[in-house]
Amino acid sequence: MSIDKKLLKKESLDQLFSKLKSSGRRILAPVKRGEQLFFEEVNTPGEMAGDYIQTTFSAKGAVFPRCEELFSYRFEGRELKLEDRKAEPKATVIFGLRPCDAASFAVLNSVFSWDYQDELFKSRLEKTAVIGLSCKKADEYCFCTSVGGGPGETRGSDILLTELSSGDFLAEIVTDKGRELAALAPELFGPAPAEDKAKNLAVLPRQFEAGELAAKLSKLFDRNELWVEQSLRCLGCGACAFVCPTCVCFDIQDEAGRQQGTRLRCWDSCGFSLFTLHTSGHNPRSVQSQRWRQRLMHKFSYMPERQQLIGCVGCGRCSRLCPADMNLVEHLKEIMEAK
Amino acid sequence: MEELQKKARELLQSGAVQLVLGYGKGSAKKARPLFLRKPEQADRLILDDSCLQNLAVYLLKPEVKAMGKPAIVAKLPTMRAILQLAAENQLTEKDLLVLGVSHDGKLLDLPDFKAIEDYLATAPLELTAEQKAELEKIEKMSMEERWRFWQEQFAKCVKCYACRAACPLCYCAKCIAECNQPQWLPVPSHQRGNLEWHIVRAMHLAGRCINCGDCTRACPAGIPLHLLNRKLAAELLRNFNSRAGMSAKGEYALGIFKPEDKENFIK
Repeated sequence: MSIDKKLLKKESLDQLFSKLKSSGRRILAPVKRGEQLFFEEVNTPGEMAGDYIQTTFSAKGAVFPRCEELFSYRFEGRELKLEDRKAEPKATVIFGLRPCDAASFAVLNSVFSWDYQDELFKSRLEKTAVIGLSCKKADEYCFCTSVGGGPGETRGSDILLTELSSGDFLAEIVTDKGRELAALAPELFGPAPAEDKAKNLAVLPRQFEAGELAAKLSKLFDRNELWVEQSLRCLGCGACAFVCPTCVCFDIQDEAGRQQGTRLRCWDSCGFSLFTLHTSGHNPRSVQSQRWRQRLMHKFSYMPERQQLIGCVGCGRCSRLCPADMNLVEHLKEIMEAK
Repeated sequence: MEELQKKARELLQSGAVQLVLGYGKGSAKKARPLFLRKPEQADRLILDDSCLQNLAVYLLKPEVKAMGKPAIVAKLPTMRAILQLAAENQLTEKDLLVLGVSHDGKLLDLPDFKAIEDYLATAPLELTAEQKAELEKIEKMSMEERWRFWQEQFAKCVKCYACRAACPLCYCAKCIAECNQPQWLPVPSHQRGNLEWHIVRAMHLAGRCINCGDCTRACPAGIPLHLLNRKLAAELLRNFNSRAGMSAKGEYALGIFKPEDKENFIK
């Protein structure tokens, strides 16, 4: 189905929010806390952060929380009772998500519906709609155009808003979910504006060709000196993975008592030494360089090969927030030039 | 800066060290750690106010150790971290060369740990007015307000452990957070898991933290973790007249006993 183009006045946002709220949906939008921006529940557009290039954390937590219960158990006498956690997702609209982040849900979904169908994740995704916001500005860490995205890319958003010079929005209604949202307040969506979308978007030249990168990486696994050199300053924390909108690895934890307990799923990072530690004590990725290689390989080589998509959306958070200034694009470009 | 580059070049040229660990230009306006092994790389070294990271964190990393003897560019917190690591038997004088940088940006001649101790003894280590005010703001809160403040802060924690990874004194090969037999701390980043982690970390650094602030700088969620450590450091100074990272043979205030201890409960 084609994309409907409409005009959404900036003054209409308040009404749009109240219509979304009264339809029983919660709205998650970027909120400023100190210097950081988090996706949090809001009631009005006024609570949202104003001018921002990118939020500190992505909206990943809305579909894949940082820790969640999978099931609980308890003993009743000698009998063990197991209780699956029921998927009871709240109808959610994520507002103001950047196109890179909007594209990340497809990456997460490719893992959570690969063979085993993860009901907790999928039911949440099903109940989530995205009203994306195109990027007028980018910074030196942004590289969505190198991984198949763009500052005004509609894929991943149900409705994509692009701010025009007047402050009003071009609203591109992309999916059925988007049409459903627009139908809650059809009076707010006027005839398409004449203004050109492209001139309201950040300009972001492509920095590498992802297909060539995948091909190159597949030949570099054994180039130990390259991985050691690149990861010397890596501290081995999980900041990059935890701010990443597409990192999907999790750890299973039991919070167990004698009589009752719960099993939880928690975010994990391949940058941690514990990630691959075997019970025997052997660790196949015993040093940081091997873990750094894994992070790049997984996103830019293994995922394109196995899931036919790039495991990165170019949001740049990993580089923006790295305490040791590991810069992903710089490293990828170096890999492209490696002999 | 030129003086530092010259010194680094000489050290690498003469083979006195195999590695110079310093700062170079990074992304945006940030500095980043550099690991120089060739004299001709020395002109990449920079030294200015953007050079904030405590480079001592790299001294115990296996890949770095494998490179041979390092010279390390060390501002005040890095010098203190080095002495504290020495006091904790993690490195010795002959393991490294310290390219000390004074508080006003001058290259120091520090041939041994004694020289670092002597320099630090006269260096300005008091908290700045701004740092004091930050601490007093928390101290002035009622217990309930303070509890709420930290609950709100810890709620942002995702347990990425950047605080631990960036800390030069968090070097345990197996952190308590990773022990699961028994499981001392809850792993998930829920309310209790976060609270226990940050309290345990603050306590493990009490009397050892050298006030570099890298925990806070590393935290992606913007939790002011340094305030916990700074408060404990202030208490240790007040109660025991003890400051971490001032001596390569420093005694750890929470790990020693003196017969003349003024407290009765311990006797």
